[in-house]
Amino acid sequence: MGARVGVVLFPGSNCELDALESIRDLGGTADLVWHADRSVTGFDALIVPGGFAHGDYLRPGAIARFSPVMDAVREFAADGGPVVGICNGFQVLTEAGLLPGALQKNAGLKFLCTTTTLRVETTSTPLTTEAAVGDELRIPINHFEGNYTCDADTLAELRAEDRIVLRYVGNPNGSVDDIAGVCNEGRNVVGLMPHPERACHELVGSVDGAVLLRSLLVSAGARVG
Amino acid sequence: MLFSVLVETRLRPGIADPQGATIERSLPSLGFDGIRGVRVGKAIRFELEASDEDTARAHADEVTQRFLINPVIEAADVSLSVVEPA
Repeated sequence: MGARVGVVLFPGSNCELDALESIRDLGGTADLVWHADRSVTGFDALIVPGGFAHGDYLRPGAIARFSPVMDAVREFAADGGPVVGICNGFQVLTEAGLLPGALQKNAGLKFLCTTTTLRVETTSTPLTTEAAVGDELRIPINHFEGNYTCDADTLAELRAEDRIVLRYVGNPNGSVDDIAGVCNEGRNVVGLMPHPERACHELVGSVDGAVLLRSLLVSAGARVG
Repeated sequence: MLFSVLVETRLRPGIADPQGATIERSLPSLGFDGIRGVRVGKAIRFELEASDEDTARAHADEVTQRFLINPVIEAADVSLSVVEPA
C-alpha cells in the first residue's frame, strides 16, 4: 500500500522511533514531521507519539498544542485525515481541543509501567477497523497522567455515539468508565494512553498492538485511494 | 500602565492530587497533626503592560483560561496590582 504515515516529533517526544519502526515493520512508509514544520502535506495518516513534549511543562500537552505543526494537524483532522495520539500524544490532542476530556494524574498516585488488557469497543475508527468488537489486546501503558476524565454530559455523549474506542479490563489508573481511548465526533481522531507501537513484536512480549497500527495503515491507504 | 499579575491555579474538586495526598499522608510522621484537605496548586506571576486595569484584567483572564489552566480539570484566581501607574 502506498500510504505514508507522519509521526510528529516535538522536543521531548520519546516514542517516535518505536512508532516509525512498527509502522515500517507492518509494511508501511513512515517519516518524522518536526513540530516547527507548518505542513503535513504528503501524509495519509498522522501519529502524535508518546513522551514529554516540551518537557510537559505547565501541563502535559499544554505547550505542544501551540507548536506550529498543530495548525496543520488541525486542518488535516478537519479534512477527515486519520490522526492517532498515543499517551503524551493523547494528552496533546485533548489540550488542542481535538479530543474531549482531559488526562489527570493516576488515581493510585503512582507512575504506571505495566501491561494492560484492553477491550475493543468499536471498529468504526481508523485505529480499529481490522479488529473485532470484544477483542482483548495486551498492550503496555507507561504514564503518570493517564486517568481519563470528562464532565457527565461529555461522557453520556461518548457512550451514546459509540466513541469509546478502547476500555481497560481491570482499570489501572482510575479512568472514568474504564476508558483507555476515545475518538472525536468525526471518528477520524483517536487518542489512547496505551502504546500499541510497543506491542508489535514477540521480542517485547506482545504483538497485540499490530492489529491497531495495521488498521491505521489500511485507513491511510483508503485515503490514497 | 504596568501591572503585576498573580495567577493561582488549583485542581477542581474531585480531581486527583497525588502531591497533596502524599504531603497529607506524611505530615503525622513528622509530628504535624490535625492537618487535612491538603491540595497543591501553582502560583504563576508575571508583569503585564496595558492601558488600564480593565484591559489588563481581560488580558490576564484570557491568558489564564486559554493557556495557564485546563478548564476541564483546573480552576484559577487571577489577582492584579499596579506596579507603575500611567
